[in-house]
Amino acid sequence: MKKLINDPEAVVKEALEGVEAAHRDVVRVIYEPYVVVRADAPVDGKVGIVSGGGSGHEPMHGGFVGRGMLDAACPGEVFTSPTPDQMLEATKAVDGGAGVLHIVKNYTGDVLNFEMAAELAQGEGVDVEAVVIDDDVAVQDSLYTAGRRGVGATVLAEKICGAAAEERRSLADVAELCRKVNANARSMGMALTPCVTPASGNPSFELGEDEMEIGIGIHGEPGRYREQLAPAHDIVGRLATAVVEDLPFESGDNVLAFVNGMGGTPLIELYIVYRELDRFLAERGITIARNLVGNYITSLEMSGCSVTLLKLDDELTRLWDAPVDTPALHRG
Amino acid sequence: MAITASDVRAWLGDYAAGIAESREQLVRLDTDIGDGDHGTNMDRGMRAAMEKVEAVGEEDIGALLKAVGMALISKVGGAAGPLYGTLFMRMGQATAGKAEVDLAGWADALQAGLEGVQQRGKAEPGDKTMVDALLPALEALRAAESDGASLEDGLGRSAEAAREGMLATIPLQARKGRASYLGERSIDHQDPGATSTEILLRTAAQRFSASA
Repeated sequence: MKKLINDPEAVVKEALEGVEAAHRDVVRVIYEPYVVVRADAPVDGKVGIVSGGGSGHEPMHGGFVGRGMLDAACPGEVFTSPTPDQMLEATKAVDGGAGVLHIVKNYTGDVLNFEMAAELAQGEGVDVEAVVIDDDVAVQDSLYTAGRRGVGATVLAEKICGAAAEERRSLADVAELCRKVNANARSMGMALTPCVTPASGNPSFELGEDEMEIGIGIHGEPGRYREQLAPAHDIVGRLATAVVEDLPFESGDNVLAFVNGMGGTPLIELYIVYRELDRFLAERGITIARNLVGNYITSLEMSGCSVTLLKLDDELTRLWDAPVDTPALHRG
Repeated sequence: MAITASDVRAWLGDYAAGIAESREQLVRLDTDIGDGDHGTNMDRGMRAAMEKVEAVGEEDIGALLKAVGMALISKVGGAAGPLYGTLFMRMGQATAGKAEVDLAGWADALQAGLEGVQQRGKAEPGDKTMVDALLPALEALRAAESDGASLEDGLGRSAEAAREGMLATIPLQARKGRASYLGERSIDHQDPGATSTEILLRTAAQRFSASA
C-alpha cells in the first residue's frame, strides 16, 4: 500500500485539520466528536441541514458545508458511518430554531446511527426530520436486501435543499423537497480498480487486468456483475440504460446529468463519459439542462464512475442555480 | 453456582482480547461480503469499552454491561455500533443492580439483548447476520435450563450452538446489511457479525465455566 499519510489511525483527524486550515473562512471543525460546521452556524431562523457518512468519499460530505448547502457534516472513520454523538453535536450546533433536516444515505449503519441521533436530539427539544436517499438502481429494492444505496442523488439533494433552506422555507417543506429530489433521481456506478482502506492496507476486491465491476457502491464493496472490460461507449450505455429505464426518464424530459468520478479516474476520462452520456440522452430526446462533472462522491482511489440523472422542473432548476459557497462546490 | 460481577468483568476483557485476536479474520470476512471494517471497528470499540469498564467501581453486572453498550454506541459507528451497543445496553438493563446471575438470569439477559438487536436491525433468522449465532445460543440456554443442566453445561451448549449457527451462515444469501447488495454472491461466505457473536458466547462459556 502506498499512501500519502502519516499514520493509518490518524487519517480522518489529520485530514480534518487540513480542511480547517484550508477553509477557515467557510467552515470550522469540532474534534470531540468530529463535526465539520458552517463557520457562521447556527443561522437564526434557518432550517439546519446535517449529513454525514464514512470518510473516504471526499469531498462528500465535509466539502459541501457552507452557505447554500450543508450546515454540518459528520465524518465517520473510513467507510464507517459516524456515531450518534457526532450527529447530536452537529444537530445542536446548527439548530437556528427552525429545526434540522438529516440527509441520510441508505446504508444500514448510517440509517441506524442517524435514527438513534434523531431520538436523542428530539429528546433535547430539537425538531428533526430525516430523509433517506436511495437512488442506486444497481441494487434491487426488495425485502431481500437492505434496499437501494444512497449515492449521487445525495450531492444534488444537499445542494437543492441547502438553497431552499437559505430561502427560509420550513423544515417540512425542505424535507418534502429532499424526498422529491430522491424520487426523481437515479444512479449507477462501475469500477475499473478496487480501493485500499488505510486501516486494512489491502485491496477491497480483486479485479483482473481485463475486468470491470458493474453496479458498485462507494465503499469498495464488489458490484453486482463482473464483466470483460469494454469501451467507454458501451459502459456508459449500460449504466445509462439502467438509470433511464428505472425511473423512467422519457423523451421531452429535462435532466441534470451528473458524471461522478470514484477518485482514481482522471477528468479526461470523465469527460469522455459525459460525451457518451450526452449522445445517449440526445438520441432518446432527453435534454441535459444542467450538468455536473467531477469527483464528488469518491471511494478513495478507486477508478471508475457513476452516472446520476435528476429529472428537473422549474423549482429544482432554480434551486440548483442558486448561489453556493462550500469548499467543493462554489457558484455565484 | 452463579456468574458474578467480577466474572462478567473478566469475561468482557476476554471478549475484547478475542476480538483483537480475530481482528484480521473479521476484516477478511467483511472484505469478502461487506466493506472490510468489522474487525477494526469492533476492536476500536471494545478497547474504548474496556476503559469505561475499568471506571465502573461497583460490582453491578448491569452497570458493567451498560458501560460497554454506551462505549460501543459512541465509538464504533457502522451497523455494528448500534447493534452491539443495543445488545449490551439491553443485557445491562436486564441485569441492573445484580451482583450475580444464574443460568436463567444469563439467558434472560441474552434474550433482552437479542430482542433489542432485532428491534433495531429488523433482522430475522436466516438473514445472514449476528442473529443467526445469537438466537441458537439463546435457544440452547433455554433448553439447558429446562433440562436442569448445570451452568457449565448450559454455557457450553450455548457456545456450541453459536458456533453451529455461525457456520450455518456460510450457505445463506444475505438479506440485511451491505452484504445483501451482493445478492447471490454473498453465498459461500461466513457472516462477520455472526463470527464476532460466536466469540462473545465462546469467551463467556470459557470464562464463566472456569469460575463456576
